[in-house]
Amino acid sequence: MNINLKIWRQKSNKTEGKLHKYRLENVDPNISFLEMLDILNNKLIKEQQDPVAFDHDCREGICGSCGFMINGRPHGPQKATTVCQLHMRSFNDEDDILLEPFRAKSFGVIKDLSVDRQSFDRIISSAGFVSVNTGEAGEANQIPIDKSNADEAFLSAACIGCGACVAACKNSSAMLFTSAKVSHLALLPQGEKEKKERVNKMVATMDAEGFGACTNTGACSAECPKEIGQTNIARLNREFIKAQASNLFEKK
Amino acid sequence: MKDFILNAKSPNGDLHTKWEDYKKTLNHLSPEEANKYKVIIIGTGLAGASAAATLAEKGFNIHAFSYHESPRRAHSIAAQGGINAAKNYKKDGDSVMRLFYDTIKGGDFRSREDNVYRLAELSANIIDQCVAQGVPFAREYGGLLDNRSFGGVQVSRTFYARGQTGQQLLLGAYSALSRQTNAKKVKFYPRHDMLDIVTVDGKAKGVITRNLLDGKIEAHSADVVILATGGYSNVYYLSTNAMASNVTANWRAHKKGALFANPSFTQIHPTCIPVKNDFQSKLTLMSESLRNDGRVWVPKKKNDTRKASDIPEEERDYYLERIYPAFGNLVPRDVASRRAKEVCDNGQGVGNTGIAVYLDFKKAIQEKGKDYIKEKYGNLFDMYQNITDENPYKTPMKIYPAVHYTMGGLWVDYNLMTTIPGLFSIGESNFSDHGANRLGASALMQGLADGYFISPHTVMDYLAKEKPNFSNKTEQKEFLDAVKETEKDIEQIMSIKGELVVDEVHRELGKIVWDKVGMARNKEGLENAISSIPKIKEKFWKNVSIPGSDKDMNQELEKALRLKDFIELAELMAYDALDRNESCGGHFREEYQTKENEAERNDTDFKYVAAWGYNKDGKPHLFKEDLKYNNVKLKTRSYK
Repeated sequence: MNINLKIWRQKSNKTEGKLHKYRLENVDPNISFLEMLDILNNKLIKEQQDPVAFDHDCREGICGSCGFMINGRPHGPQKATTVCQLHMRSFNDEDDILLEPFRAKSFGVIKDLSVDRQSFDRIISSAGFVSVNTGEAGEANQIPIDKSNADEAFLSAACIGCGACVAACKNSSAMLFTSAKVSHLALLPQGEKEKKERVNKMVATMDAEGFGACTNTGACSAECPKEIGQTNIARLNREFIKAQASNLFEKK
Repeated sequence: MKDFILNAKSPNGDLHTKWEDYKKTLNHLSPEEANKYKVIIIGTGLAGASAAATLAEKGFNIHAFSYHESPRRAHSIAAQGGINAAKNYKKDGDSVMRLFYDTIKGGDFRSREDNVYRLAELSANIIDQCVAQGVPFAREYGGLLDNRSFGGVQVSRTFYARGQTGQQLLLGAYSALSRQTNAKKVKFYPRHDMLDIVTVDGKAKGVITRNLLDGKIEAHSADVVILATGGYSNVYYLSTNAMASNVTANWRAHKKGALFANPSFTQIHPTCIPVKNDFQSKLTLMSESLRNDGRVWVPKKKNDTRKASDIPEEERDYYLERIYPAFGNLVPRDVASRRAKEVCDNGQGVGNTGIAVYLDFKKAIQEKGKDYIKEKYGNLFDMYQNITDENPYKTPMKIYPAVHYTMGGLWVDYNLMTTIPGLFSIGESNFSDHGANRLGASALMQGLADGYFISPHTVMDYLAKEKPNFSNKTEQKEFLDAVKETEKDIEQIMSIKGELVVDEVHRELGKIVWDKVGMARNKEGLENAISSIPKIKEKFWKNVSIPGSDKDMNQELEKALRLKDFIELAELMAYDALDRNESCGGHFREEYQTKENEAERNDTDFKYVAAWGYNKDGKPHLFKEDLKYNNVKLKTRSYK
């Protein structure tokens, strides 16, 4: 198959970017999308041009490194699939394919399709943990945990931190990302003690990092490659209101 | 080169109480004292993140480096199956002793008893720690932790979180690390490659890094350096490792005097999706649990181009069931892999390339129903279909072995310290626990045992004997020289301006290593590799092409800096495989096999760890650590 690519090229966060056109012919429909970019890059290098920078590592859909917009959708057209697991057979011969970096105030462009998502790390390090030192843990089976809670916590914990939710949101909100971690820990007894503090701090950090507000359009979950659900956001809101209310109560 | 006397520094005493007794003799620092020391940790996967968090909790100031943007991207995240622990929750007779024995036997009696016992002993603490952090392990309906069984053992001791155990454990370690970042005890350096180790008076005192965003070469000094930089499977170009996994940190340490142990001990995983074309960038593993219900076969006839469904039963060779009636499709990884290669080499391979075998679920679907198979393997079947565009419910899967893990690594003593004082190596980057073959679900266990429970004690003991004065010494000559050296290397690579893309050279190297130092090795092939690898090296230094500038983000330069070290490592792997005139675990020398084509180990002459010293003028120096077995009997593995 032949494809016509339009790719956002930007040398660094200090320079302006613009779209460049590339044509690739005889692309094997069975290669992955990133392998297609490898081929393009090989060609560019041979022509003494700068290859397209993009983040990727495991190429198994689990590390969360990859991700950019394909025809306006984070990770492209296939549901529940990271861009590294997307294959060229999802496209048609002579398709125009537009590639742009995730756009959000809190994700600066580093180069071409690569963006800086360290704001996610700062949200986690504000309180996305259980305060237990190594060696302090008790016997693991001492606290039985309801299987349905454990399974639900797992589904929230499956977030890969790729940033597709932020890119999909018209307000660049990080609610889905933040709520997945709040939910994961709120659902388990281990996270119970720090529940209030956790949600307050994580929401405050999320706001301070410049992420927008959530207006419940659900675009984030729809584009999430790991299908992290909207219930997480509802749970964060509940936890947040409870924490705020108890703060008021304690102050009085 | 200075002669090393390889002393593992294993403490004396009873195997069962050795570690606990030894810990009591180690020097301790209070948090106030610890606060005076700076610790550099390279790599923040399972081992690095867990060590960083734990040492920070003890009061040390941690400077942690990763080439990733975040610790959560480390390749530990891709481990699927699970983590072993001798909890004996199933009351099926499991014990620390049994886990110890299984690991030693699985490693084909080429690992160190004391280290392996300690690993088994600490396994239970790991589960406790991870559960306390909120790792959502699978549970039974009663709310207790669930276990499953895994290859090569007879008990059920594997803890898991669906097929994403590595992800959940890494996120647990990452959360512990994040907590210390928040407490300002850890400073994390994202997108930094470590390019050299700096030693002062023979001791490791710092590193040289390259900032991948602006290309800046920086020196960092510290009182101790810990390498947690993973394995080197990508020397084969194609492997199941993540794209950026590399040997550079370990290789730099090796060139500065750290011995490299058993470099040729690599693990080939039997059930991976086969290579489909020349553009293939990496390989994908399919969990080995599939072999519980899948039957492996190839056509009896050579070069048979018929579709699988057109080949009648009597013309199929279910070779694993035929050769190993007792274990059948469930033989260990190394055996299944080697046999697949054998039938493909014999012209019986399937698919376009002829380099694949069938893994067929037809019988299981007929007998147990499609729903049963879907329930058990649904995710894997979907993943397979997504990648290959074939429906495994209807046509058999095609699989082929791929490189997955490296048992070899930097030689370390019982304290996990390399032969450079003050340089520690933990997780997959050291050689310590898996001998010649690693059992399933034990890589995560080792990474976390090293990071949470071993290195924090031994590193503290080391530091207690050192004066804390290396947190700010980068103006010293050793550091200035190392910076210059690194800048010179980069300048040289940038100035080649040849015609070859880095990946082209890497692919060529990978082909040699895979053909000659892969699943089956022989003297002639290894000698051939030793003579042809230097030609690849020459090609690289004469004709590689790096576009752009080294002063901003340059992913081609990153690859080139990694490849140059892989090339040198490849040569060492061939020397190591050539030296070891026996077959053991993942190291199969064709000259040393029984009449039934099974591995023939030679305990009289090769019951040692081969630890290699760097020699810039040619053949590396071999140092041997004799392996002593006081608690287990050496046996021949048999799966018939």
